[in-house]
Amino acid sequence: MSTSPHVVVLDYGSGNLRSAERALERAGAKVEVTSDSRAAIDSDGLVVPGVGAFAACAAGLRAVGGERILEQRLAGGRPVLGICVGMQVLFERGVEFGEEAEGAGQWPGTVEKLHADVLPHMGWNTVAAPPDSQLFAGMAADERFYFVHSFAARRWELEPVEPFTPPKVTWAHHGEDFVAAVENGPLWATQFHPEKSGDAGRRLLENWLAVL
Amino acid sequence: MGVAVRVIPCLDVDAGRVVKGVNFVDLRDAGDPVEMARLYDAEGADELTFLDVSASSGERETTYDVVRRTAEQVFIPLTVGGGVRTNSDIDKLLRAGADKVGINTAAIARPEFLGEASRRYGSQCIVLSVDARRVPADGQPTPSGFEVTTHGGRRGTGIDALEWAQRGAELGVGEILLNSMDADGTKNGFDLEMLRRVRALVDVPVIASGGAGAVEHFAPAVEAGADAVLAASVFHFGMMRIGEVKDALRESGVEVR
Repeated sequence: MSTSPHVVVLDYGSGNLRSAERALERAGAKVEVTSDSRAAIDSDGLVVPGVGAFAACAAGLRAVGGERILEQRLAGGRPVLGICVGMQVLFERGVEFGEEAEGAGQWPGTVEKLHADVLPHMGWNTVAAPPDSQLFAGMAADERFYFVHSFAARRWELEPVEPFTPPKVTWAHHGEDFVAAVENGPLWATQFHPEKSGDAGRRLLENWLAVL
Repeated sequence: MGVAVRVIPCLDVDAGRVVKGVNFVDLRDAGDPVEMARLYDAEGADELTFLDVSASSGERETTYDVVRRTAEQVFIPLTVGGGVRTNSDIDKLLRAGADKVGINTAAIARPEFLGEASRRYGSQCIVLSVDARRVPADGQPTPSGFEVTTHGGRRGTGIDALEWAQRGAELGVGEILLNSMDADGTKNGFDLEMLRRVRALVDVPVIASGGAGAVEHFAPAVEAGADAVLAASVFHFGMMRIGEVKDALRESGVEVR
């Protein structure tokens, strides 16, 4: 890329947007934090952040027209990066405290409570990325990223469909295996927080910016 | 491989300045929490904790600015505690860039605060900070023999510290910061018995605090059940570096970043 890519961090009332903004700037992006759907659709890259409860995030995303923004971007092959609950809401549904909430439905499957002795899964963990991953390109196998969550996609249910490139799924382990990251066409996401993952997080964001 | 044990330096901040003598010659301004945060980040700290000890609310305003400036420059998780009494306090800290907020005394007066805050902001960003001690001979006995204290450990509350940690987890907090007021400042090691007993009662992460005086003290705390270890003065005075603590943990077979 010759100039800094323009990235919109979607502001739908969730979380610490300042950290995401600053971390993306540090990785070389020109960042705008907004809920404006035109800006979100037109930007080179769109980041969907998210912390807290699945149901609240899914409702917040819907309230700013998030599903339409996603549809329009993805139809045009324009990159989107979901982070933490911003990744979770891309799935069909989430189950928290026995209540089911509908997600944006870009991927089949359910986000549910991890089976682990200690929850939240809080801290720096390793991931197992496929060898052809672009998101984790150039990173050591024992690189650690910062996670903080109790819920996750415990299965990956999207079957590869010809002629599309099969999605690249990265796994992590806490009590059991869960989806730590996905690269599926223009739609990428991480369960961990690259914006809180120090230098490893910066390299990951640089890898994402490089495909914009 | 699994989640790494976190090593967390804690900075006491008073009116925007680091207190409790800091002994770093290589810093331009060792009293600036932001400079200290950057240094600890560079040394491999897994997370940072600021404890706001400001006496007045006016001074506390400067803390928001410190948090803001830190979050702009340091890309690891930041927890801020001290004087957090209302949802509005939490809101301001999170907006300033804190990732987690520690609640202590305000919850003793009104335990429901923990539930309300956890529901509103998510368990993952609410930490219950427990200043606990063994009940002194002239104190009011508690079932476990440990009690919650206030005023920096000087005042007993008669509340059972283990039951309190358990109640906090039940109310929805995402983490317990267990600070032994007996061990604090002794440099004789963490209170392992208290750690073990709290670990047996809660399934949220537990941060061990109080008593670290040598790099060998950290692995036993992890064996006793700590998911993270926190220390203040031993880091600030340069008695040990973050990397040395991690080396010692690694040699004991503990996973670290």
